[in-house]
Amino acid sequence: MSHSNYLELTGVGISFPTDKGLFCALQNVNLRIAKGEFVSLIGHSGCGKSTVLNIVAGLHQATTGGVILDGREVDQPGPDRAVVFQNHSLLPWLSCYENVELAVRQVFKGQKSRREMRDWIEHNLALVHMTHARDKRPSEISGGMKQRIGIARALAMQPKVLLMDEPFGALDALTRAHLQDSLMEIHADLGNTVIMITHDVDEAVLLSDRIVMMSNGPAATIGEILSVDLPRPRDRMALAHDAHYHDYRAAVLEFLYQRQQRPAA
Amino acid sequence: MSNPSIATPISNTVKAARTQALLKRWAPAVILPLAGIFAFLMLWQLVANNIQTSLGQFPGPVQVYTQFNALVDSHLAEREKANAFYERQEKRNAERLARDPSAEVKIRPYTGKPTFFQQILTSLYTVMTGFAIASLIAVPLGIVCGLSKPLYSAMNPLIQIFKPVSPLAWLPLVTMLVSALYVSDDPMLAKSFLTSALTVALCCLWPTVINTTVGVANLDKDLQNVSRVLNLSPLSHVRRIVLPAAVPMIFTGLRLSLATGWMVLIAAEMLAQNPGLGKFIWDEFQNGSSNSLGRIMVAVIVIGLIGFALDRLMLLLQRHASWDKNADLR
Repeated sequence: MSHSNYLELTGVGISFPTDKGLFCALQNVNLRIAKGEFVSLIGHSGCGKSTVLNIVAGLHQATTGGVILDGREVDQPGPDRAVVFQNHSLLPWLSCYENVELAVRQVFKGQKSRREMRDWIEHNLALVHMTHARDKRPSEISGGMKQRIGIARALAMQPKVLLMDEPFGALDALTRAHLQDSLMEIHADLGNTVIMITHDVDEAVLLSDRIVMMSNGPAATIGEILSVDLPRPRDRMALAHDAHYHDYRAAVLEFLYQRQQRPAA
Repeated sequence: MSNPSIATPISNTVKAARTQALLKRWAPAVILPLAGIFAFLMLWQLVANNIQTSLGQFPGPVQVYTQFNALVDSHLAEREKANAFYERQEKRNAERLARDPSAEVKIRPYTGKPTFFQQILTSLYTVMTGFAIASLIAVPLGIVCGLSKPLYSAMNPLIQIFKPVSPLAWLPLVTMLVSALYVSDDPMLAKSFLTSALTVALCCLWPTVINTTVGVANLDKDLQNVSRVLNLSPLSHVRRIVLPAAVPMIFTGLRLSLATGWMVLIAAEMLAQNPGLGKFIWDEFQNGSSNSLGRIMVAVIVIGLIGFALDRLMLLLQRHASWDKNADLR
C-alpha cells in the first residue's frame, strides 16, 4: 500500500434545514483509507452510514468538510466511485448483459473497441459467475443473482473505490454467504478499494481490514475504528473456531449494544 | 362395462363434473357477457315498443338490424354505380383513342354521396390524424414537464384550465383559424377535415401530457442515482432511463387520449360537416324519415364497437412496447 491517503474524508458533516432549525445529521467524520483496503461502516439504523457513503459517491453534498480521492476533490457523482445499491437498481427493461453494457459503454467510450467492450462485459459477468444468465431480464433471476449483476456492473466501471450500500442486506443467509465468498475472491484478485455498509457483525469481521463503528445520530460521527488483523484468504469455516475472530466479533457487539444503546425503535 | 347399472351413476357424476368445469371455464368469458347482451336487447325491444316519437316508433333491435342491412345494400349499390361509372369512362376513352391517338383522355372521379362505410373510414382517418398530432406534441411536452419541476409548475395551471374545455367550445375558434390561416387555391386537405382533426387534437392532448408527466416525474430514485453515477448525458438519460421507465404511463395516457379523441370526433364532425360518422348522424337527424332513428342507432352501435376496437388495439401496442411482461394490463 504505497500511499495510505488514497481516500480522505476530512471534517465531513451534513445538516438539513427543518422547521425547527438546522438539523445536524452527521458531523466531524475523519477517515483515511489506503488503496486496496476493505473498510466496513457499521452502526444502528439512522446513524448516517448511508449518508457517509452517498457523500463519497457525490450523490449528497457535505455541508462541512470534504472528500479527496486520489488527489482530487469529490464534488459530483462519477463512475470512478461505482455504487452497488442495496436493492440492486438494475434497469428492468435491459438484460443482464445490457445492464453491464450500459455502464461499460459510458465509461470506456472511445477507449475500447466494440470487441474489447464485449470481452470486458463477458469477463465481468464471469467474475460474478453470471455468464449463464447474460440474456435474462432482472425480473427473471433471483435476488442474489441481481446483486451479482449489480456488482458486475460496478466492477466493470473499473472504479477507484467501490461503494456498497448494504449490498447483501435483502438476501437470505445462505445466498449472502455465497456472495460474501465471491466478493472476497474478487477483492483478493483485483485489490479493489471498498467501502461497505453493513449491519451484520459477522459480515463486517469476515470481509474487512478495518471496521468503522458509528455512533448514533443526531450529530452522528465515528465512534471507534477496529483493525481486523486476520490473515487472508479467510475461510468462514476455519474462522468459526478462531479465538481472534471471536474477540473482534465481541468488540463490535460490545460497541453496538453496550456503548451505543439502540435508539428506541 | 359389464354391469351398466353401476357404470351409469359413475359416468353421470363424471359428466356433471365435466359440465361444471366447462361452465367455470366459459362462464366469465362467453356465457355471462352473452347473457348480459341478450337481457339488454330484450329490455330495449320492450321499452322501444312503448315509445312513440314524431318520426314514428322508437327503433328496437330488430328495426336497427334491418337498417344495418339496408345500409350495407346501399353501400354495395353505390359501389356498383361507381364501378359502372369508371367502366363507361374507360370505354369512352378507349374509343376516343382509337379514333385519334393524340387525344387527351381523363378519368373523372365519381362524385356520388359517400356511403355509411366510407363515412366510417373518413372518421377513422380524421381521428387518427388528430391523435397523431396530439401525441407528437403531448409526449415530448410531458417528458419535459416531468423532468423539470419549475416548468411543470408553470404549465400545470394551463393544463388544468384547458383540460376540461368541451370540444364544442373549441370548434368555432378552430373553424375560424383554419379559414383564416389555411388559404390555398388547390387545398390538399378539406377545411372541414382539418377543423375536425385539430379539434380532436386539442381535446386529446391532455391525458397524454398528464400521464407522461407523472410517469417521468415518478422515476425511481435509485435508477436516477444509477444515471448520475454513470454520468449519463441529459439526452442519453432521457433515452436510456427516463423513456423506458415511463413507457407504461405514456401508453396509459395515449389510450385515454384516443378514447377521448374518438368521443370528441363525432361532435366535431357534426358541426364541422366533415363527411364522417358525426355528419351521418346529423344528416339523418335533419332528414327525419321513418328510418332515421334506426340508422342513427346503427351509427351509435358502430361508434361503440370501433371505440372498443381502438382501445384493444392500443392495449396490444402497450403490451408489445412494455418491458414489464408480467404487468396486468387491461
